[in-house]
Amino acid sequence: MKKASNLKFRNESALGWLLLLPSFIILGIFVFYPMLKTFFLSTQLTDLMGNPIKFIGFKNFSNLFTSDSFMTSFTITLIFVFFSTLLTLVMAYLMAMSASQKIMGIAVFRTMFSSTMGVSVTVASILWLFMFNPQIGMFSKILTFLHLPQINFLSDPTWSLVAIIGTTVWMNLGFAFLILLGAIQAIPQDLYQVADLDGASWLMRLRKITIPATSPTIFFVTVVTLINAFQTFGQVDILTSGGPDYHTNLLVYAIYQDAFVNHSVGRASAQSVILTIIIMLFTMIQFYVKNRKGANYANE
Amino acid sequence: MQTSNVKKGFRLATLIVLTLLLLLPLFVGISLSLSSSQSIAQGHLLPDHLEFANYVKVFTSTSMTKFLWHSFIISGSVMIGQVILSIMAAYAFVFLEFRFKKAAFILFLSTMMLPFEAQIIPNFATMRDLNLLNTYAAIGLPFLASAFGTFMMKTSFEQIPTALKQLSDIEGLSHFQFATRVVMPYTKVSIITFALYSFLTNWNMYLWPLIATTNDNVRTVQIGLRQLRSQDTASNWGLIMAAIIVSVIPTLLIIFLGQKYFKKGLTNGVIK
Repeated sequence: MKKASNLKFRNESALGWLLLLPSFIILGIFVFYPMLKTFFLSTQLTDLMGNPIKFIGFKNFSNLFTSDSFMTSFTITLIFVFFSTLLTLVMAYLMAMSASQKIMGIAVFRTMFSSTMGVSVTVASILWLFMFNPQIGMFSKILTFLHLPQINFLSDPTWSLVAIIGTTVWMNLGFAFLILLGAIQAIPQDLYQVADLDGASWLMRLRKITIPATSPTIFFVTVVTLINAFQTFGQVDILTSGGPDYHTNLLVYAIYQDAFVNHSVGRASAQSVILTIIIMLFTMIQFYVKNRKGANYANE
Repeated sequence: MQTSNVKKGFRLATLIVLTLLLLLPLFVGISLSLSSSQSIAQGHLLPDHLEFANYVKVFTSTSMTKFLWHSFIISGSVMIGQVILSIMAAYAFVFLEFRFKKAAFILFLSTMMLPFEAQIIPNFATMRDLNLLNTYAAIGLPFLASAFGTFMMKTSFEQIPTALKQLSDIEGLSHFQFATRVVMPYTKVSIITFALYSFLTNWNMYLWPLIATTNDNVRTVQIGLRQLRSQDTASNWGLIMAAIIVSVIPTLLIIFLGQKYFKKGLTNGVIK
């Protein structure tokens, strides 16, 4: 009897590892190895082919922090992340609140509101490229209609970042909306009935019931949107190519440029390490908060 | 306490206005795709007269058909790979006991906080050294294992009542039989949700297919559009709009079909 269960355990162990093996091979070759390699390359002087020449410690990093173009790109990345996350969250929340009402045909609106989730970064950027077109675009028409001076959105240093933020928020809305809608719908209706009896105003209900009851989801959506924003690439590539004069040169676009256009792999790797640390930090905060709150979500 | 009709009407109007504003760029795109180039050049947002010439041109005078096909192959294979590998890994984590299971799980977990963008330089070198650039394998291989998918499958496998597992043990089902006859049918909604989500993500991938391809052999539709834009937009907005509308149809269909499931599934995998 004892022998049999021992045998079973050993088999189970082998089976367990066998089932994990394919995933681990892929993760090993395409996630863990390249990650370590990136950390290694960030400490190296590299040639034009990206081969390491010699160990230079943190020189790549100190060079970055004294480089104007990196500091610009780092600063605008932070500005971009802050505004795109804030706007996504506020707009998606308002959409989710209006789509949580019970009206005939509400399912159609929910589908429409979540549809930008299916739109690729290429499609979104090309659609907005037209919206921002200075000759025939939508905004140019609106400005003309309002008798305001024309703005060259994509070649103006400030407006170009606004344009990238706008496009990003539009793309993100679908996902954020869908997740927030799920949370708002899960709020027990009797909470509102009590509030109705007390004659609570709309704002009161929002502050005392809706927002507190959905706070774990709000936090989750914030972190996910934030992390995605740090990883922004396609919008920049299509709308502005990082310009004008590095004003939309977001971190990942800078990495891509340094690695594949300027062939300075050491510098690109150092920026990759900075990106990794930022993303790890936010993911860890999320894990920590999730575990600390544990199963007490409902009581929050 | 009934909501009055006026109030209802007002709410409906708000929803309609919101929808129109939100989807305005998409409507403008569709409208331009049905316009002639003269109409667009004159600055008209609505077509002078409806025409489908741009859609015909997308399929006859650009490489879009080829790019769409490449994207189908890649997104489909990566989807199948991710679903199979995620089910396998999740099965091990939920139904099997083995040494270092916890460590293996933490290792899986850790990949979720490592940004792919920070791995592109060595991955490009790997593909170049293996002579795989400009192949389907180069675009798809790095994404076959999915930590997100594994978590999503794991969460749904955990919902299976222990009684079912015990019953299967008594019936003498093997692990393979238990997995295919009990676990997978029981969690098919989650599996399909993840499959649809996976296809959507693969179809919309941008940075890696851009790096892993240098010619048109296996180029995906997203990178094809990028190319079309840099060659054509100045002169031909109608054509490029028709091309992007064609490219977005499969993923919009997925959203329309899967929206209800995504709402549950995406949160389950990550929040809980």
